[in-house]
Amino acid sequence: MNNSVLRNVKLWSTAIALGVILQAAQAADTIKVGILHSLSGTMAISETTLKDTMLMLIDEQNKKGGLLGKKLEAVVVDPASNWPLFAEKTRELIQKDHVAAIFGCWTSVSRKSVLPVIEELNGLLFYPVQYEGEESSKNVFYTGAAPNQQAIPAVDYLMKDLKVKRWVLAGTDYVYPRTTNKILEAYLIAKGVKKEDIMINYTPFGHSDWQSIVADIKKFGSAGKKTAVVSTINGDANVPFYKELGNQGISASKIPVVAFSVGEEELSGIDTKPLVGHLAAWNYFMSVKDKGNSAFIKEWQAYTKNPKRVSNDPMEAHYIGFNLWVKAVEKAKSIETDKVAAAMIGLEVPNLTGGTAKVLKNHHITKPVLIGEIQGNGQFEVVWKTKAEVPGDAWSKFLPEDKNIVADWTAPINCGNYNTKTKKCSGQNYK
Amino acid sequence: MRILWYTRRHAMLSCLAWLFACLPSPGLGQDTTAKPADNAAAFTQALAGLKADDFDQKETALRQLVQVNDPRVLEIFKALQDARLYIATQSGEFIYLNEDTDPPSGMKVLNGDKLADIDPAAYDKVSVNNQLRTTLKELIAGLNLHSPDRALRLAAVNELVGDVTPEKLALFNQLLTQEKDPEIAEVMQVAIAIADLDGTDSQAKIQALQRLSDSLRPEAYNRIKSLLAESGTQPDSSGVIAAATKALNNIDSRRERYRFIETTIFGLSLGSILLLIAIGLSITFGVMGVINMAHGELMMLGAYTTYLVQAALPNAIDYSLFIAIPLAFLISGLVGVAIERGVIRFLYGRPLETLLATFGISLILQQIPRTFISAQNVTVQNPSWLSGSWAINPALSITYNRLFIFGFAIVVFFGLLAIMKKTSLGLQVRAVSQNRAMAKAMGVRTEWVDALTFGLGSGIAGIAGVALSQITNVGPNLGQGYIVDSFMVVVFGGVGNVWGMLVGSLSLGTVSKYLEPWSGAVLAKIFILIFIILFIQKRPRGLFPQKGRAAEA
Repeated sequence: MNNSVLRNVKLWSTAIALGVILQAAQAADTIKVGILHSLSGTMAISETTLKDTMLMLIDEQNKKGGLLGKKLEAVVVDPASNWPLFAEKTRELIQKDHVAAIFGCWTSVSRKSVLPVIEELNGLLFYPVQYEGEESSKNVFYTGAAPNQQAIPAVDYLMKDLKVKRWVLAGTDYVYPRTTNKILEAYLIAKGVKKEDIMINYTPFGHSDWQSIVADIKKFGSAGKKTAVVSTINGDANVPFYKELGNQGISASKIPVVAFSVGEEELSGIDTKPLVGHLAAWNYFMSVKDKGNSAFIKEWQAYTKNPKRVSNDPMEAHYIGFNLWVKAVEKAKSIETDKVAAAMIGLEVPNLTGGTAKVLKNHHITKPVLIGEIQGNGQFEVVWKTKAEVPGDAWSKFLPEDKNIVADWTAPINCGNYNTKTKKCSGQNYK
Repeated sequence: MRILWYTRRHAMLSCLAWLFACLPSPGLGQDTTAKPADNAAAFTQALAGLKADDFDQKETALRQLVQVNDPRVLEIFKALQDARLYIATQSGEFIYLNEDTDPPSGMKVLNGDKLADIDPAAYDKVSVNNQLRTTLKELIAGLNLHSPDRALRLAAVNELVGDVTPEKLALFNQLLTQEKDPEIAEVMQVAIAIADLDGTDSQAKIQALQRLSDSLRPEAYNRIKSLLAESGTQPDSSGVIAAATKALNNIDSRRERYRFIETTIFGLSLGSILLLIAIGLSITFGVMGVINMAHGELMMLGAYTTYLVQAALPNAIDYSLFIAIPLAFLISGLVGVAIERGVIRFLYGRPLETLLATFGISLILQQIPRTFISAQNVTVQNPSWLSGSWAINPALSITYNRLFIFGFAIVVFFGLLAIMKKTSLGLQVRAVSQNRAMAKAMGVRTEWVDALTFGLGSGIAGIAGVALSQITNVGPNLGQGYIVDSFMVVVFGGVGNVWGMLVGSLSLGTVSKYLEPWSGAVLAKIFILIFIILFIQKRPRGLFPQKGRAAEA
């Protein structure tokens, strides 16, 4: 290598470094917040609302004077329900836009796609949706429910209060339903349910031909024992599914369907009269009577200029996540990922159902569990709830291989996948 | 004969129980000895029980209410079921709330006083859960057993089959003697026969089993099954077990048969959807040889037309499809003509360029609803006559929307066939597709025919979209989900052969439905695709290849 080439390289690298510094200086006038939600494609039905929620929350924070004396600036990208695109957009948000935190993802497959990128670039992701657990990343805060905060209590309710003996586990074919159903199956079998009393069914995203599956469920449920469907069907496939249930006359008093991914927003597209009594398990319902909740709904309807606009559970998760992040940044007096993440643990903010959400060492939060029945007006009415908030488990106690695994992001463990028996940390290796 | 025998025996046995059971009935229990004043007090007291927060307490209140002989009870139950029963927060008075009027109005439960212009915020809904709903259904059915309305009575009897308690059994026997409607009487006999299996008389059990052996009701099947399980390995001295086994086998084989029929119907229904989406393509691709990647988007336009028609006429949802079908044909057809005139006519004979150009057009068409309506799915309502299902018997029912789409696909198919075979346009289309130069020499305006043919194919895609809007989500991506399927059907059936397409689509639909129970929906789709790939290797020209001179065109 001769001298002039070397000089050239030096020159260029200085120029690039200068450019980066300049860009950083420019960005420093505001704190950027990334919003990574699909605005088109099969998940848009659920995710668009979350983008609007974030914009409203950021807007409001700016009205209160911003954060650390700076204004917040939202950077919205559309990963278009395309899972690999989530990873690309994350890279773009962190490297090009230098966002302080990202609020985003809905499906687990999109989160799994983001995970390697966010860890490589040391970003911060707030994930607002109920999910299958079996994960805890240094760079992710899970503000939605873990299985022990949604699926397990819901199954308990069906078993104890509705005396369900036969189970249909129906889901969309991807990681969240598959893992959740694995946990539920292990749990049911541990509770003495026989294998032949469990029917498991998977369908692709956007499935629309439900006639034979619904007919199968009807047959499975007419065997004399009380039957329930536990649905982890995601996205717009729910609309034809519920329509077919209504058409084939499966009423909630015969075979109740309890859904983990159907909220007020998804129901706003269907006539709910034939669905009255079907259930959903969430940590928030719009119909919950609480001061904070009614203020939030009022603001949301004013922000969207739609007095009939509904709110839902993942929106509450973003509300909690955003408030936690703001509090953590104020506490750390910095937007650096490591400092903020350390400040997060142990923080508490009020949730919208009259309780508090506390950040745990495993990057999950405490949540109450509510079970609601669908009403004729598209709302849910709470029929059962836990007495106190339930702390989220990153790793399920009901899967034999995960029994000894814990997540703890404080010293001395500092690991998302720590085996308490062998005292070994498998690090970011999530199997 | 047998009926009469049953009736007399049971009526004699349980006179007392019958008296209790009929007390709550408004029609038959008039001669009760309770004084009106006592009754009114009992009624208000029971009603007050509904104010409880606890669902178990509410259930007790419901059961008390039904014991009071009061005509208002049925109305209260119905209102509870429809979530119309409210309590005034201040006075604790019960009202029926009617939110359909503007402003909401109400009616007092106790005396029927009308209340105009009420503020719903001042009232709390009496909430019910599934357990209460089940109780309500059962209680309402009990009250409706005496209803003069045939439909209500039938629903009530249907509801009660399978849980006829000894007290109700007497009531059923009594009602059966009065029942004139053969359908209701039959259901009642099944209900009585199921209840008879709980008894101790083996002769009666065998009689009941004989009756049940041609019933397809799941309640009957389950009861016989549990009867066999209960008797286990006991020696069969009375012949009950033999009779039960025989009845069960009989029902099993009938259920198996109906299951087969049902799967076939589901398959035909899926096939009819495939047919519908492929008909338009069979013209543009099959006859004209244009690989139109925007075919799915033309269907999407049809589906959005339905949405727009419903949005414009919100009070005429029931008729919306009849307006949407011709409109969608027109809109998609015109867009098709525009595509043909604007792009495709410059690209005849260059399949690769056509493919790319129409793919580009499909992206543009997708962007139209995204920009002007919304990137999200829109709600298309089902007309009331397309909701629900036609129950042929307890083991077999067909939903109306599938039935409609099947009939509609067949009508469109034969309509197209008629156009191609009987009209001068059809003749010209066939002439142009077989030998363009010769047709031109005979005076056919080939360019004009091209545009019209493409428009016809596109228009049919549009009306397929109207049908799709009834069963799937309507969104900008609607077409993409169907484009592969539609090409698959046309290629499988044989390019340019309409009958091949009919056979191809219906058989693909049926095969995939037979696969689904044991492979799951995801794998079934993969199997079908693998099968088609292998099939095309063996027979590249499809199921029914064009023969003779037409094949060279």
